[in-house]
Amino acid sequence: MTHYPLRDDIFSDDVAQEPTRAGFGRGLKKAGEANESIVALCADLTESTQMHHFKEAFPERFVEIGVAEQNLVTVASGLARAGKIPFTSSYAAFSPGRNWEQIRTTATLNEQPVKIVGSHAGVSVGPDGATHQMLEDIALMRVLPRMVVVIPGDAVEAEKATQLIAENGSPTYLRLAREKTPIFSTDESPFEIGKAYVLREGHDISLFGTGTMSYQLLKAAKLLEEHGISAEVVHVPTIKPLDEATLLKSARKTGRVVTAEEAQVAAGFGSAVAELLSEQLPTPLKRIGMYDRFGESGAPNELLDYFGLTGEKMMPVIQEFINTTAQYHREG
Amino acid sequence: MKQQYTLTQLDEKANTIRKDIITMLEAAGSGHSAGPLGLADIFAALYFEIMNFDAKNPDWDARDYFFLSNGHTVPVQYAAMAEAGFFDRPELTTLRKLGSRLQGHPERTKLPGLENTSGPLGSGLSQASGVAYALQYMDKQPHRFVYTVMGDGELNEGNIWEAAMFAGKYKLSQLIGFIDRNNIQIDGSTEDVMPLEDLRGKWESFGWHVQEIDGHNIESICDAASMARAITNKPSVIIAHTIPGKGVDFMEYDYKWHGAPPNHEQAKDALKKLRTLDGKIKAGE
Repeated sequence: MTHYPLRDDIFSDDVAQEPTRAGFGRGLKKAGEANESIVALCADLTESTQMHHFKEAFPERFVEIGVAEQNLVTVASGLARAGKIPFTSSYAAFSPGRNWEQIRTTATLNEQPVKIVGSHAGVSVGPDGATHQMLEDIALMRVLPRMVVVIPGDAVEAEKATQLIAENGSPTYLRLAREKTPIFSTDESPFEIGKAYVLREGHDISLFGTGTMSYQLLKAAKLLEEHGISAEVVHVPTIKPLDEATLLKSARKTGRVVTAEEAQVAAGFGSAVAELLSEQLPTPLKRIGMYDRFGESGAPNELLDYFGLTGEKMMPVIQEFINTTAQYHREG
Repeated sequence: MKQQYTLTQLDEKANTIRKDIITMLEAAGSGHSAGPLGLADIFAALYFEIMNFDAKNPDWDARDYFFLSNGHTVPVQYAAMAEAGFFDRPELTTLRKLGSRLQGHPERTKLPGLENTSGPLGSGLSQASGVAYALQYMDKQPHRFVYTVMGDGELNEGNIWEAAMFAGKYKLSQLIGFIDRNNIQIDGSTEDVMPLEDLRGKWESFGWHVQEIDGHNIESICDAASMARAITNKPSVIIAHTIPGKGVDFMEYDYKWHGAPPNHEQAKDALKKLRTLDGKIKAGE
């Protein structure tokens, strides 16, 4: 198993926090320094999506598209045909929310390495409300053949992920969040596209998280420990391709699985895990996320709490799941 | 060295393309007839006079780019490509069949020489704009051009006008669009379904240089392309007035041929008409 160093202050009240989009902004500039074919396109949200760092460093490689998300991805497809590696950014509600067909036809079917960077995903966008709280993007992107789907867990990982997807040669979706979230990984923590990482070992239940929910699962695991439950936490920053081996190994070990995502559970990350388990290792599964409903206005942390997406709210749900479910496939 | 053709030879190329379209569509048993036939003269001009490319080296790094935006008319592009030597003519009759490189709508990854994948309407102009932007601002290659063909019904799509604004803003002077102004779309006349006029005024107001031509006069098509290449401060669009189904009298102007292929008897009849084409093509008689 790959050793995954965690920061040592993750449960302190003054845990270091930063939005994942900030890591993207730094990563894109670094990727641009390393490869002059990298170009960036934005739909009138340059600072908000943190593309301004790249724009300031490489003004000749930045293209302002205006509020036109269909054009955003199709112009990018053309730039890719001319040999560029285009990063496109907007809010996830608009891209890939509005331009799915253009992504399908001109990026994936056309096999061009267009990067779709969906910022401000999830309910934690906060007061802007449901229109801007994108919850269906994982589903939209993971059904597309050839599309790689990456959801970094924190800003440090987002910076690494951005540099790696720049060079992966594939159309790729990078899902980012607006709000500051705790940083749990370190510069030394591993990140590879397509890999899941065991953040904490346990034997009673497996908790699979994607994006910033992995931190909430670490918190839930700590609370469960106080109740005598040993939870294994697996961070899954790549949803497609899914690291099946790591997930199956953990599920086989603990015999129960919980998933957590700040998105619709329908067709999202939890569904990807359900598909895997039901075909290869039927295992009791509880999915935490949004159940067939939209978000609403509120403060970010208030909304995460309201929708049960914090470690504190997840803990009793997981406990109840354990109490009412038999363990399957337990080894030893 | 690019081969030079006389106008008469270019007319003959267009006629060959039309005959191949009929043959392909009959063999396929499905597909669009009217649009491809109406575009045959424009494609003869593009592939045998206007564009620089190397059929034996489709990714040649000095080539002009061509983006078909209304992918359903791709039989005309396949026919022109076969005639230009990208692949052998017998492959044309594999159109739309399992395993064919000639997909019902064009797929770049299947056939060398295609620059894009197209079918859902409205995106080709944006893709062409992306390449034109790279040539003009990033790679600074002022002698390469990006051509695209759009349908007129396709102009209903919002994506087209996003691209029109974009190319206008950045004055993408190496971008040259053709609009196949044949006045039909699936549900009827373009002006009944969703009026496009004042079409010239629309493009001019978006910052484009606009020309209107007879889309069946190859000399006019070539002259308009030359003029478009000479415009250095804005993108160009050429509104080419065409007759849907051009060259096959029972298909001309009849929108029911938009999405239908000829059967065997109809194809035989069409090919006979094309071989004589009002006596205009001596070599075809």
